[in-house]
Amino acid sequence: MEKKSALLVGVGGQGAILVSKILVAGLMQAGYDVKMSEVHGMSQRGGSVSTQVHWGEKVYSPVIGKGAADIVVAFEKMEAVRYADFLKPDGVAVINDYEIPSSTIAAGLCEYPEGCLEAMQNHFKCFTLNAGEIAMQLGNAKCMNVVLFGAMTKALAMDDIDWEAIITDTVPAKFLELNLAAYRAGRNAAQ
Amino acid sequence: MIVFEIHQSGCKITARKGLISNMEKLLLSGNEAIARGAYEAGVKVCSAYPGTPSTEIFENLPQYKDALYCEWAPNEKVATEVAYGAAVAGVRSLCAMKHVGVNVAADPIFTAAYNGVNRGFVIVSADDPSMHSSQNEQDNRYYAKAARMALVEPSDSQECIDFLKEAYEISERFDMPVLFRTTTRISHSKSIVTLSERQEVEAPVYERNVRKNVCTPANAYLNHPKVEANMAALAAYSNTSPMNRVEMKGSKMGVITASIAYQYAKDVFPEDTSFLKLGLTYPLPMDLIRDFASKVETLYVVEELEGFMEEQIKAAGIDCIGKDKVGRLYEQNPQRLKEELFGIKPETTDVGVAAVSRPPALCPGCPHRGFFYTLSKGKNFVICGDIGCYTLGAAAPLSAMDTVTCMGGGFSLAVGMAKAFEMTGQDKKIFGVVGDSTFFHSGMTGAAEIIYNKGRVIPVVLDNSITGMTGHQDNPGSGMTLQGEIAEAIKIENVLAAYGYQNVIIVDPQDLTAMQKAVDDALASEVPAAIIARRPCLLIKRLKHDIAQCVVDNDKCIGCKKCLKVGCPAVMMKGKKSYIDPTQCVGCTVCAQVCPVGAISRKE
Repeated sequence: MEKKSALLVGVGGQGAILVSKILVAGLMQAGYDVKMSEVHGMSQRGGSVSTQVHWGEKVYSPVIGKGAADIVVAFEKMEAVRYADFLKPDGVAVINDYEIPSSTIAAGLCEYPEGCLEAMQNHFKCFTLNAGEIAMQLGNAKCMNVVLFGAMTKALAMDDIDWEAIITDTVPAKFLELNLAAYRAGRNAAQ
Repeated sequence: MIVFEIHQSGCKITARKGLISNMEKLLLSGNEAIARGAYEAGVKVCSAYPGTPSTEIFENLPQYKDALYCEWAPNEKVATEVAYGAAVAGVRSLCAMKHVGVNVAADPIFTAAYNGVNRGFVIVSADDPSMHSSQNEQDNRYYAKAARMALVEPSDSQECIDFLKEAYEISERFDMPVLFRTTTRISHSKSIVTLSERQEVEAPVYERNVRKNVCTPANAYLNHPKVEANMAALAAYSNTSPMNRVEMKGSKMGVITASIAYQYAKDVFPEDTSFLKLGLTYPLPMDLIRDFASKVETLYVVEELEGFMEEQIKAAGIDCIGKDKVGRLYEQNPQRLKEELFGIKPETTDVGVAAVSRPPALCPGCPHRGFFYTLSKGKNFVICGDIGCYTLGAAAPLSAMDTVTCMGGGFSLAVGMAKAFEMTGQDKKIFGVVGDSTFFHSGMTGAAEIIYNKGRVIPVVLDNSITGMTGHQDNPGSGMTLQGEIAEAIKIENVLAAYGYQNVIIVDPQDLTAMQKAVDDALASEVPAAIIARRPCLLIKRLKHDIAQCVVDNDKCIGCKKCLKVGCPAVMMKGKKSYIDPTQCVGCTVCAQVCPVGAISRKE
């Protein structure tokens, strides 16, 4: 199988790490060679963050440059636009219809760009959902990341992997039901 | 217990039952793998100072504390000396730091390279191409050449384990420290590894060796030729090292590469390209290189940052393509490399909407905010900052910083500026600002400089009781060791008082009135004054924090935007009124204190 690359992008603290952990566990169990890369440090202080996951028969580079991602999962919609040029022209985007103003926007130095979702939808196959709202309906805003993960698995269409079993193995038992519900809700919402 | 002799070094190695019962396959980051490699290699003493991207190596060592000792040292020089001392005493040792940390540690490293070791001594340098979290992107491979020591570069997590073990063998066989160099993408990328058991290395009975270990000029004079002889022997060995391997395919194109650049090149060059993949990169295996070069039509040298290998290969009279194509700025990736080498641009899509920048900012509730807000109002203030979360005091709208250069530089640079202003008759109030960890790292010497040489500077320690930016490591002021033991915290006020600061003002920076008074009092003080702005970082998990919410009363808010001046990510405008995001706000009240009409209040 040719190498596939996923880019998870968002704002520090949105829980992309757990999503990449579940994703990687599933990919490894399916027998793929896997590499991932993340950047720590300065970027954690409310900055833009990205995690890359690559899988295939054999993976060399743990990072990709522009025009090389098969899927971008944006935990925040402006981040989808920021990383749009990392997507292959036939790449897929999963976008959380959720807005986090940057510190520069909060300070009134600039404005949140309009039309992020439409811009992405005009150019790529997109799965858009309001994962924040879905998570709130499930009773815990923090499971937004797993809602997005559900949508991501729908977009990936890797149905030979039993993602529910992987989630069961990965998340703490007391949050299992919540996370399974979040995963299913994300899959259903991803249209 | 199984005991067997191992190759070259002649050390007796004992395999013992490790923490793992079977050979597991795991996805580990390079840093996790280095920690594991140290455990497997029988390392006994480890010392480091945190610094991105090296920090997680030592965060992953305490799990092996039954087998090895690990600690956070006050700075990289101390860490290197501790590890080197252990190697002199006869145990395998490790120190680790970010690339600029090696600058701090350079003094002991260069002399350790002359003296040599008694058991293996490895220095990990984690370089940061693209400066994800650093002040420069210096290429530390040159340190190996300058200090005359071996350089080992892994290209994935498995090599982080395997090559670290090889590095100890080299250190012992060739009697020298080994520089083990990673980059951010080695340290922070995860790849699949297979674990092995720990192999104990027997420590020799210590004997004093003045000739070897006391660096008097006479001994150093005798040590230098020994170093050169060892380097010559290592250069010969480099040609046969298992870390340097040929992947021979076609004869059209050949690539010499190492470290993460190997992975990029494998993605970019055609299937029939031959590779000379290097792991022991100084001294270079010049016979191997010459032989490889003779078997390919076009030779490429692919490396990130400087042309470290290329310069040496060209100096040996071997023609190659390198830095004339492959850029020396920033980190590489396969798409960039493809464009630079073959002119093939990646196919990208412009969606027509641009994202605005999302720079890092001081967290909501950060204790540094009140301090920088107070200083941002000073008309003729000059503020020499330092490396840490508080570097973000330079960002708009606080914009309260003139310089940031290096760890500890906040105090000493301020003295130089003060002297210059005095000499040129400029009326400035100068503040040197360091954090608590930075104070112990190298701020203490600057604090001595200020008071002894009568620098007209107010030293300020922003004491949030943790090493924040690197992700919460303990330091001599925090009261806990890396291995989780309680330690007597060193009180910064006692250190300053011992230096002769007669007016040490301790203030809660979140109380803006008190903070302003502390600044005024320090500036007016007739005896040497210093400020300690003390409040623990809100993210310290072992402390209980007073969390609440600030809310805006829309009827009272006049939309003056004064609250935006504190630069809090939770505070923003919604229409003409101020709005505080409840998911981010922790109720620190700094915004409430600057509101001129009392429109913001704290709700428990």
